[in-house]
Amino acid sequence: MISLGSVLRDLTRPDPGAERLVPPTGTGAWLTIFSAGVMAFLAVFALALSLAAGRLADRWSDALARTSTIRISAEAAQVQAQVDAVMAVLQSTPGIADARPLSDEEERALLAPWFGADLPLDTLPIPKLVEITEGGDGYDPEGLRQRLAAEAPGATLDDHARWRQPLAAAASRLRLLGWGSLILILATTGAVITLAANASLAANAPVLRVLRQIGAQDGYIARAFVRRFTLRTLGGSATGVLVALVAIWLTPSAQAAEGFLTGLGFTGAGWLLPWLLPPLCGAVAFAATRAAAFRKLAEMP
Amino acid sequence: MTGMLSKAGAVASQQGNRVIAFDNVAYSYGGAELLSGVTLALQPGSFHFLTGPSGAGKSTFLKLCHGELLATQGTVTLFDRDIRGVNRDGLARMRRRVGMVEQDCRFLDHLPVATNVTLPLSVTGREADPQDLSDLLHWVGLTRHAGALPPQLSGGERQRAALARAIIMSPDLLLADEPTGNLDWDMSLRLLTLLVELNRMGKTILIATHDLHLIRAAKTQVNARVLRIRAGRLELAGADL
Repeated sequence: MISLGSVLRDLTRPDPGAERLVPPTGTGAWLTIFSAGVMAFLAVFALALSLAAGRLADRWSDALARTSTIRISAEAAQVQAQVDAVMAVLQSTPGIADARPLSDEEERALLAPWFGADLPLDTLPIPKLVEITEGGDGYDPEGLRQRLAAEAPGATLDDHARWRQPLAAAASRLRLLGWGSLILILATTGAVITLAANASLAANAPVLRVLRQIGAQDGYIARAFVRRFTLRTLGGSATGVLVALVAIWLTPSAQAAEGFLTGLGFTGAGWLLPWLLPPLCGAVAFAATRAAAFRKLAEMP
Repeated sequence: MTGMLSKAGAVASQQGNRVIAFDNVAYSYGGAELLSGVTLALQPGSFHFLTGPSGAGKSTFLKLCHGELLATQGTVTLFDRDIRGVNRDGLARMRRRVGMVEQDCRFLDHLPVATNVTLPLSVTGREADPQDLSDLLHWVGLTRHAGALPPQLSGGERQRAALARAIIMSPDLLLADEPTGNLDWDMSLRLLTLLVELNRMGKTILIATHDLHLIRAAKTQVNARVLRIRAGRLELAGADL
């Protein structure tokens, strides 16, 4: 059983005696560092994806769940009467905290992305919209629909349920996809490091045999490999995280309500979260190399 | 050398009654039985040669002594402990009391000769005394090659380096497989003198060799016994040697 203290001691206190046992390798070392860097880079994006998807799911759920809209379609002369009727119904409906008709400017802003900013609302048969904000435990949508049908026949309640559910479900799946990707990337890091360690151990089999013959214990021999691969992975993944954070930081920023791609990033202390990846990758490398080293040594007398 | 050998003498008394004991040992490989019915006990401070034709199993015998091979039958005891019952770390600790010189002397080719020679100390967290190391390298005639890499050495130089590495820990037991195979006669005699000196310090010596001249030379200096492997059996050779 190895303790965290002994692991940290091994990593932070170099043992020149053990270090020099393993011949220096050029290409292999750089490939390990490069692989760790790329994996960490991808892991940061997976983490960002997951966090962004989580934020989006929460935002959509909250925003859509707490608001709904009544659309009033009527002859121009009847519109105001219908609006008044709807407002009267809403004022006497429990579970509604606030209700207000959207102004022409607000409706124009809603339609601007499709028709431009100078849309002449007066000349178009645009329905009037009333925005409802729920309060307390919310209102009964079926009851409200029946009352609206009786008092304001041109009014239609849209409680956003048909929008909210698939959007929230999609965002939740995206979040799961992000976490799943992160786990897969860490597993792949472990596999890559294991392959590199196995290659190094195989190439150094004569060294291992000599060391066993002169009385070196497995732990002593393994330490040289484990320390080397762990530090390479730590260095590579730290570089990968740094590059990924810079890339995300350079991504065009977004306002709170913007789309998914422009919302891919970290907020506040979330920028520190990716820095958990290098120690995590280091731990994966430590475990993978240690297991590979002891497995290889067990084949030797 | 004096310093190193005096340290060697200090540990000699720690040995048990038998350094190595074989009890009805057999070893098979690929269906063929290389050794069978081997029973033997080497007492502390004894000096033995092991002879036999090529392929008779001399190297196998030494590897059984060193725990590099495990007997397929019977019991091998090293320092009064059954090798089969010792875990890997325990075996490593036991090997620190055994100096081994193999026929194909293997080194860490990326490290200088001097570093290779001191490796047995390094893996136990100790450092070589510079004077002892210098004396040892001088004694085996490798002073000029201390900084050379092993691939730069000749066959004879490699054997001398392997011998230096084997004795730097002042082992209780020295196993050598054809240690003079690549040495000229003068160097062989110098090696023999060192082995005899170690033996007088109480070390147990077992040398596998074809070199009958070496055996005869040894018999003039020390009470050496000769073991012979013939048809997979171990026997004590007579006075014909």
